[in-house]
Amino acid sequence: MYSEKVMDHFANPRNVGEIENADAVGEVGNAVCGDIMKMYLKINDDNVIEDVKFKTFGCGAAIATSSMATELIKGKTVDEALKLTNKAVIEALDGLPPQKIHCSVLAEEAVKAAIANYYDKKGIKHDIMENCDGHCATCQKKH
Amino acid sequence: MEERFVYADNAATTSTSPEVLEAMMPYFKDGYGNPSSLHKKGREAKAAITEAREKIASLLGAAKPNEIYFTASGSEADNWAIKGAAHANQNRGKHIISTKIEHHAVLHSLEALEKEGFEVTYLDVDSDGLVTPEAVVNAMRDDTTLVEVMFANNEVGTIEPIKEIAAAVKAKNPKTLVFTDAVQAVGNVPINVAELGVDMLSLSGHKIHTPKGIGALYIKTGVRILNLVDGGGQERGKRGGTENVAYIVGLAKALEVAVNGMDENKRVEKMRDRLIDGILTSIPHSRLNGSRTTRLVGNVNISFEFIEGESLLLLLDMAGICASTGSACSSTSLEPSHVLISIGVPVELAHGSLRLSISRQNTDEDVDYILEKLPGIVQRLREMSPLYEEYLKNNVK
Repeated sequence: MYSEKVMDHFANPRNVGEIENADAVGEVGNAVCGDIMKMYLKINDDNVIEDVKFKTFGCGAAIATSSMATELIKGKTVDEALKLTNKAVIEALDGLPPQKIHCSVLAEEAVKAAIANYYDKKGIKHDIMENCDGHCATCQKKH
Repeated sequence: MEERFVYADNAATTSTSPEVLEAMMPYFKDGYGNPSSLHKKGREAKAAITEAREKIASLLGAAKPNEIYFTASGSEADNWAIKGAAHANQNRGKHIISTKIEHHAVLHSLEALEKEGFEVTYLDVDSDGLVTPEAVVNAMRDDTTLVEVMFANNEVGTIEPIKEIAAAVKAKNPKTLVFTDAVQAVGNVPINVAELGVDMLSLSGHKIHTPKGIGALYIKTGVRILNLVDGGGQERGKRGGTENVAYIVGLAKALEVAVNGMDENKRVEKMRDRLIDGILTSIPHSRLNGSRTTRLVGNVNISFEFIEGESLLLLLDMAGICASTGSACSSTSLEPSHVLISIGVPVELAHGSLRLSISRQNTDEDVDYILEKLPGIVQRLREMSPLYEEYLKNNVK
């Protein structure tokens, strides 16, 4: 059902953990839906994501997409990270089963939620989470 | 402990046992005749299915061999019993009683009938998954033609009081038919249809070590039920189609082995209890789903807080352990198990459920291996879980 890449990122997830005094933290999903992703970012003065960690409650695809998303934004600027799409995560994982597409959406939104948190802290106005209420059931209907 | 392979998903399906395969083999080779043919090959095949039918009838306590009808699966038997009996008796009424924890073969058959205008009452169960005879009788109406309650639940292993339910139903209205889906119970629970007092009972071969593709429906003499397949008159005209001789022979053998080896179930029950106790003691924040006592000998269903079942299954699989979960994430529907929800398990704990279903083919070493591997795997997922992180922050200080 899962590609080798998905299984690799599930079995050996990259960047699992927390960052103490993180510059930004984002969390999406909820336990009732069966997945929660929490992302921690360390961002330097040049707006570059120096470090990223995640914690995920969820299925194999949820863990693998979180892991891949952290890999894709590590070392990137905040602006670049904001452009991360769920499609990019799926492609990087060599595909996902149709019923698991929402996990990639959640991964994209976890990154966006963390960056929204970063902007909030800095007092920068944004509309990053405009389309996401953090409730995965809403997204499952949409995607 | 050395790496090993442990198959603990016997409620999903079982391996074909060597004695069953051996009994079937002649009918893949020389015994290829059509049981309807008059010649030697046909007579041999006919004799084989006649013997199998007699054996199964006797093992189930049926009054006559002709009360056993072969089907291609347990689901087919369930569909036939429900739709066939509902339709054949609709002049007397269109109300059916069942429960909320049935297998989808039953629930979806009932839903199909509802679309045609039948009315179905789905009874609640208690936190052990039990339905009471009183609840069934209280739901009965003048137009209730059929009561269906599963013998044993496939997810949490609850064994229902079928004999008491049948007696209570018949006391109120002898004409109301009682059907039990016994797919999970056959071979695990002693079954005698006459003593049970049921009108119909379904079973499946691959849950008791035949290959997939064979089931049976017991239909008591006198029960009105529509034909399932019109054809060449096989199965007394009720289910046409040339009989699956090898599989019918295999089913009889499997049932014989299961029923005659019922003593072996004590060993399975001991392994089950060792698994339940071992897991609950070694893994904090875990809870047993279903009844501790009124439970199939091979069923273990436990929920772990803070983690999700599909990722648990994948890690167990990597460790060589095959199991199952009621999590939504393992299904295509994105809905958690209706059984766990019906017995009152909170949704987030239903996502974190693990079902281990063992059989006589499992050993004490298998149990040791699961007990050795599982705690570390659960812990590994918890350390990745934001829910566990939150719990620790709120409770450790």
